[in-house]
Amino acid sequence: MIEVKDLTVKYGGVTSLDGMNLLFASGVCGLIGPNGAGKTTFFNVLSGFVRPASGSVTAFGDDLLHMTHFRRARWGIRRTFQTEQAISDLTVYDNVAMIHSKLRGAARKDDVLRAIEFVGGGVSPWAKVGSLTAGQRRLVEVARAAAGKPRLILLDEPAAGLPEEETSHLTGVIKSLPAQTGALTILVDHDMALVSAVCETTAVLDFGKLIASGPTAQVLRDEHVMRAYLGTAQV
Amino acid sequence: MIDTAGTKAPVAGRRGPLMDRRSLTRLTVIVVLLLLALFALPPIMSAYYTVTMTQVAIYSIVTLGLGLLVGRVGLYSLGQLAVLTIGAWSGARLLFATGQPFILVMIEAGLVTMIIGSLITLPALRLRGLYLALITLMLAGGVTVIEATLNFPNGGGGFSGYDGSQLHTPQIRRPSFAGTDPAFYRFAVIVAIVMFLLVFAHLLARPGRAWAAIRQSEPSALAAGINTTFYKLWAMALAAFVTGVAGALLAGADRQLFSIDFPIQNSIELLAVVLMGGAFALSGAVIAGFLQAFLPALLQDWGVPNDWLIILFGVGVMQVLTTAPGGIADQFPKDMKRLYRFISRLWRRPPAAAPAPADTATAGKRGGAA
Repeated sequence: MIEVKDLTVKYGGVTSLDGMNLLFASGVCGLIGPNGAGKTTFFNVLSGFVRPASGSVTAFGDDLLHMTHFRRARWGIRRTFQTEQAISDLTVYDNVAMIHSKLRGAARKDDVLRAIEFVGGGVSPWAKVGSLTAGQRRLVEVARAAAGKPRLILLDEPAAGLPEEETSHLTGVIKSLPAQTGALTILVDHDMALVSAVCETTAVLDFGKLIASGPTAQVLRDEHVMRAYLGTAQV
Repeated sequence: MIDTAGTKAPVAGRRGPLMDRRSLTRLTVIVVLLLLALFALPPIMSAYYTVTMTQVAIYSIVTLGLGLLVGRVGLYSLGQLAVLTIGAWSGARLLFATGQPFILVMIEAGLVTMIIGSLITLPALRLRGLYLALITLMLAGGVTVIEATLNFPNGGGGFSGYDGSQLHTPQIRRPSFAGTDPAFYRFAVIVAIVMFLLVFAHLLARPGRAWAAIRQSEPSALAAGINTTFYKLWAMALAAFVTGVAGALLAGADRQLFSIDFPIQNSIELLAVVLMGGAFALSGAVIAGFLQAFLPALLQDWGVPNDWLIILFGVGVMQVLTTAPGGIADQFPKDMKRLYRFISRLWRRPPAAAPAPADTATAGKRGGAA
């Protein structure tokens, strides 16, 4: 469970997150909003790349904001980025094995191979990432997020730029993430079909403010949400 | 599902065979070249080229260190010549002051350089790109000034080991088994091989993966739990160690060291040759070693003014930055493949007048054209 209290982030005169209060319980939770709403900033706060002006984030009873960024990964935070970051020169196995893990030896190798097998998509552990398709490279990132006993997985627009067929496969993978890893997963994406398919609950940000949260189907029909996305409630 | 048909999917497989055919060919070529360098070259090389090739071996270690920083971690350092100077100074001082075996002195010089090099670059680790390059250049300038003040040891006493009143300065000693120039050349090549293996072992292990992640994206590396400062410092320390060893080797090769031999502009030249040789491959370090030490000697032998070298390096760096970011190590095999394909096409091209039977057959199947 992630509890966010009065979280405010400012970049100079711009308030990117404005007193955000939210509770992420379990499973896959969606976080949506128009461009510039503060979604990635929120992920950056959780990852430790951005220091908030005020507020607190408690994850499973631990104060996240007082951990160094690389220690957060050791605590159990996993993250994918908007621009895919799999390393072309290394094999799929080495890309996934890069993640910090308390497991050692054969157990670690099994864990890495299990994560790669879990994402599927015809990804061979011994293939160079540079030889993979865009969709497979995205899956390598998800495999990295699933390895090493994660507790919180942050997926930042994992389906961006993927064709329908690959998005459909990714949907299945993301849906199974909590069952496979036991981690709470937060998904940021603009693909509403994906969000509807995988997220039990969804929160919506607009100009740094939380404008709606609750069961996904209900939130997507919310008048404020439609206005934020489309500029009108008449859809 | 994504690409389960396997048309574009990578060849599924295990880490089964320890080495594929390509790697085996590459290893065979490397071993043959090394055997040639160790056994075939010394008897046929003149004294001038024996000394030159010793410098190539030494500078290959220096460019190996700089290539590690530039190509693996993305740290552009212009201070590696200063690091080499520290290694050469420490090596010369220890060789004059103690009777320790040469190999032990090399390791000690490497360790001293590693400590000093890491300490002075520690504050610069938060910087990248141009800012890191500028800071390291300033550090190199500082070391050059200190070096010019202290002078290189020449068998004198005190901390500096320099005695300005000596008329006949003693030579820096070499290992007993490598007293002659050809023997020292072989020794330098073996030390270079050991240094390359040391770096290669790092690249295969956890530091190599961490450096690859840092080069790709520092935030992504942090998100994977990699302590980027620690691993960058590790890269700096390793680069300083191998450069320090090269410095001690240089002291033994030159036998007398002078501050004037280490001008600060050579730091920039060193980065240029690393970029031209190829910072992303270990073989690039050897090519860079040749560019740094062999090419000037060759031009001198041919009576070509050394100024041409500056122009050549300038053009080379421009070419690397615009068309071949992987340097010669990456570009040369590609060009050779293109040439091979071109020659193959010329060889196999059928005579222009002869009708192509395949086309006729295809046309027939299509129903023919009137």
